[in-house]
Amino acid sequence: MRASKLSTSLAYLVLLAGAILVVFPFAWMILTSLKPFAELFNLTFWPEDPTLDNFRQVLGETAFLRWFGNSLLIAAITTVSVLFFDSLVGYTLAKFDFPGKNIVFVLILSTLMIPTEMLIIPWYVGVVDLQLTNTYFSILFPGLMSAFGVFLMRQFFDAVPNDIIDAARIDGMHEFGVFWRVALPLVRPALSSLAIFTFLGNWNAFLWPLVVIQKPELRTLPVGVALFSGEAGTQWGLIMAASALAVIPVLIVFAIFQRQIIEGIALTGVKG
Amino acid sequence: MRQRRAITAYSFLAIPLVFFLVVRFLPTLSAFQLSLFEWNILSENKPFVGAENYQRLLSDTNFHKSLLNTVYYTLIGVPAQLILGLVIALLLERITFVRGLLRALYFAPYVTPVVAAAWVWQWLLSPNFGPINGLLVELGLPPQGFLTSPAQALPSAAALVVWQNLGFQIVIFLAGLSAIPRSLYEAAAIDGATGSQRFWRITLPLLNPTLVFSIVTGTISYLQLFTQVVNLNFTDQGGPLGSTLSVAVYIYQMAFGRYQMGYASAITVVLFVIILIITLLQLRFLTKRIEY
Amino acid sequence: MKINRNMLALSALLFGAAQAAPVTITYWQYDFASKVTTVNNLIKQFEAANPDIKVKHETFPYDAFNQKVATSVPAGQGPDVVNLFYGWLPQYVEAGYLQPLPEKDFPAKALEKDFAPMVKASKLDGKYWALPTAVRSLAVFYNKDLFKQAGVKNPPKTWDEFISVASKIVKGQPPRFQQLGFGIQPDGQDYHVVREVLIRQFGGAPYSADNKKATYNSAAGVKALTFYTDMATKQKLGIPNFFPGNNSYRDAFIAGKVGMIIDGSFAVGTIKNGAKFDWGVAPLPTLTAGGLRSNFGSYWANGITKNAKGEKLEAAVKFMKFMTSEAVMREWLNTVGEIPARTSLAQDPKLRKDPVFGAFISSLPFAKATFFVDEAGQRKVWLDAINSVILQNGDPAKALAKAQADEQKILDGYYKK
Repeated sequence: MRASKLSTSLAYLVLLAGAILVVFPFAWMILTSLKPFAELFNLTFWPEDPTLDNFRQVLGETAFLRWFGNSLLIAAITTVSVLFFDSLVGYTLAKFDFPGKNIVFVLILSTLMIPTEMLIIPWYVGVVDLQLTNTYFSILFPGLMSAFGVFLMRQFFDAVPNDIIDAARIDGMHEFGVFWRVALPLVRPALSSLAIFTFLGNWNAFLWPLVVIQKPELRTLPVGVALFSGEAGTQWGLIMAASALAVIPVLIVFAIFQRQIIEGIALTGVKG
Repeated sequence: MRQRRAITAYSFLAIPLVFFLVVRFLPTLSAFQLSLFEWNILSENKPFVGAENYQRLLSDTNFHKSLLNTVYYTLIGVPAQLILGLVIALLLERITFVRGLLRALYFAPYVTPVVAAAWVWQWLLSPNFGPINGLLVELGLPPQGFLTSPAQALPSAAALVVWQNLGFQIVIFLAGLSAIPRSLYEAAAIDGATGSQRFWRITLPLLNPTLVFSIVTGTISYLQLFTQVVNLNFTDQGGPLGSTLSVAVYIYQMAFGRYQMGYASAITVVLFVIILIITLLQLRFLTKRIEY
Repeated sequence: MKINRNMLALSALLFGAAQAAPVTITYWQYDFASKVTTVNNLIKQFEAANPDIKVKHETFPYDAFNQKVATSVPAGQGPDVVNLFYGWLPQYVEAGYLQPLPEKDFPAKALEKDFAPMVKASKLDGKYWALPTAVRSLAVFYNKDLFKQAGVKNPPKTWDEFISVASKIVKGQPPRFQQLGFGIQPDGQDYHVVREVLIRQFGGAPYSADNKKATYNSAAGVKALTFYTDMATKQKLGIPNFFPGNNSYRDAFIAGKVGMIIDGSFAVGTIKNGAKFDWGVAPLPTLTAGGLRSNFGSYWANGITKNAKGEKLEAAVKFMKFMTSEAVMREWLNTVGEIPARTSLAQDPKLRKDPVFGAFISSLPFAKATFFVDEAGQRKVWLDAINSVILQNGDPAKALAKAQADEQKILDGYYKK
């Protein structure tokens, strides 16, 4: 018991030291957002004369709230869509046997292997052909499903014991019901992580929204924030304040889904 | 029965397959097709040039450099991210007090926008003002160029990527660890297994699906490294003398900086083939069936 | 705002009744607060004078502006009038994206008489394809407080003075400096200084007269590159990337840690807002007192795209004429703070004596805009040449030989078509 106490203290020590190193850029972002313009280039960590001016300027003089709302809408819709479809596909690939299964998996996975910048032109041409330019749909459609999520869910469904699923089937449950009510709750931790990453990925998307929208009302957060960086300089104070504000919803999503990950332990503990 | 299951499977897959085919796969094929053409993105003319773009790859030293750099990034980044991520996730599992807070702190770099993180990194590693060089000088050691040195720029950039991705990796591992049934550990404890035995016999094998996922997606993402490289040196993308140039950045420069879409497509095809081969090998040799 | 709109509506009712529906043209430029406001105001003036034309003004982030324009082309989207960096023009022209400015509305002879000479860089195949409202050139920004501390009274006139002043200000040794004499930064504006300023001052020419040959691998070229890189490696006046970030040298200057930087007139606003010390602007040095002056000129120019046809083309021409008029240039100078492209304004004695703009304006008659056929590619060639000398102790002659060969390949690729 003594050894375990020692090792727990050691764990705390290592984790704390690591956390200090790791949290540095985040802390710097927050602290810089509180610096008045004159202090920006002092290269000090703490602001000498903290101010909320940058936040006032971002919220009062730019269309920040509009960008924020656009990004929130897009990230929320894509996250819901990805959670549903990716887990369905991941489940099917993990728990069904059917001809062509491996081909389907590799085909989906292969879509991860090309830098998305190379898909922008074909997407844009398609959007124009369908007359969907300057719509929310045009911004969010590439993110409605992701091979990344399919792969993640497949791996976690793989670890779900087959007997649980077979038992549900024997009980006469509909196939979709087996997935939705039995299998899905068992992979809640994976689902939670997927939610965090999907939300964040779409929240930060830059190049595609930039290319596909013309109207300023449809600008997303990253596109809007990019306006703070210009030909002769970068308005670091504004960028940092906007970034700090942008991070808040991500942290909320993270906090919510982190709890889900912990609950997942209890669940699998019982079922396993 | 089998047939009915297969039909169910296909019906579950129908909509997603259409999506992946239309939104991802067909545009990919059209990008591949472009590699056989000379296409200036601004021009309506796309003369067919056969393998010319591929021939050009053979003698393009910048491409060779970017390929080599990308291999280095992957060899440094994937193991570092996996090992650090696993160690921290395991340590986080051990503790209870302020666990949520620590987890959030480790996640912080991942949510910090890259522009901000890149600035901090340049400042930390600055030969002139950076605290790290300050420490080296204090200790009587020679200051290092880090990002400004052609020899050290790449590992310095890779370190930034690991630093940012660590939070992602930890979340994935925490999810994987939480999927391991507690009862197995309890049974092992009754059998008197030591900590390291439990790790090697239970944790690691049962973490296999998560590990495979992390290795495969980690490799893919390092092989396509882009954002951090661009942001670390915006006015000379790819760093001094191309020291941090990655293949993805080179593709982007060719396509949207120099408008050579056809050539960029040829590079894309090569990158795709490399990633596909590595992924298939990893899936083949790393995946272990779990037996309860 | 409301009154304006009502008046417009009224005038449209009164005068427009007989005419067809107004034609709408779209104008794209990069987003910069003072430019956006100014153009919005200008558009109001233009629409009031031309009630049958509406101008849609759309802006995008600076850093991704070229990518935005380029990706719009294959999708058949994009503006009728577009603001492009002059160095990108040849590729947009070659691809058929821009149309030549109609000779009857923009006679070449008149343009060459009325505009700063650098505007010639938008003349391809004997035709003009774009015209700027404002132009830029380079000058030395110096920190008067640091000058005073070092006992220096006046900004340097020759490069020798430049070096001696900078060496009085610099504090520290490579790789660790506390303060720089010269905020050297090859990927800032410095590579233009080597190419268009130093090579010419040493008696060479970077390119042949027809721009088809790179000619800097010469005795003058080697002297120029050696002279520039020596400032980092021998005289140790400064170090590239002194400050973190994408505007390293400029941010460091604003922070008061650099004696002198070489920067463009577009930086004036940023430095004015940021610098909390006394600073000044001096013309680029010459090799000997009273020796050859040289400068690098550049500009963002408005051009008409292939999207504008028929009525739209007519409207676009009118808008272009308006945007390059003397009145607009004057307003531009006052609101955006950029130097007018027309020589009539640039010769204004009051402007030429302006403590900030004077140094830039006086250099317009000889400022040369490098003729790029592939701006990104040609830039990279030069950065690599300079960096190989500074960072790897490379031989300037070898670096230039390689650069010239690489750049010639790019030039040949363009001209063979």
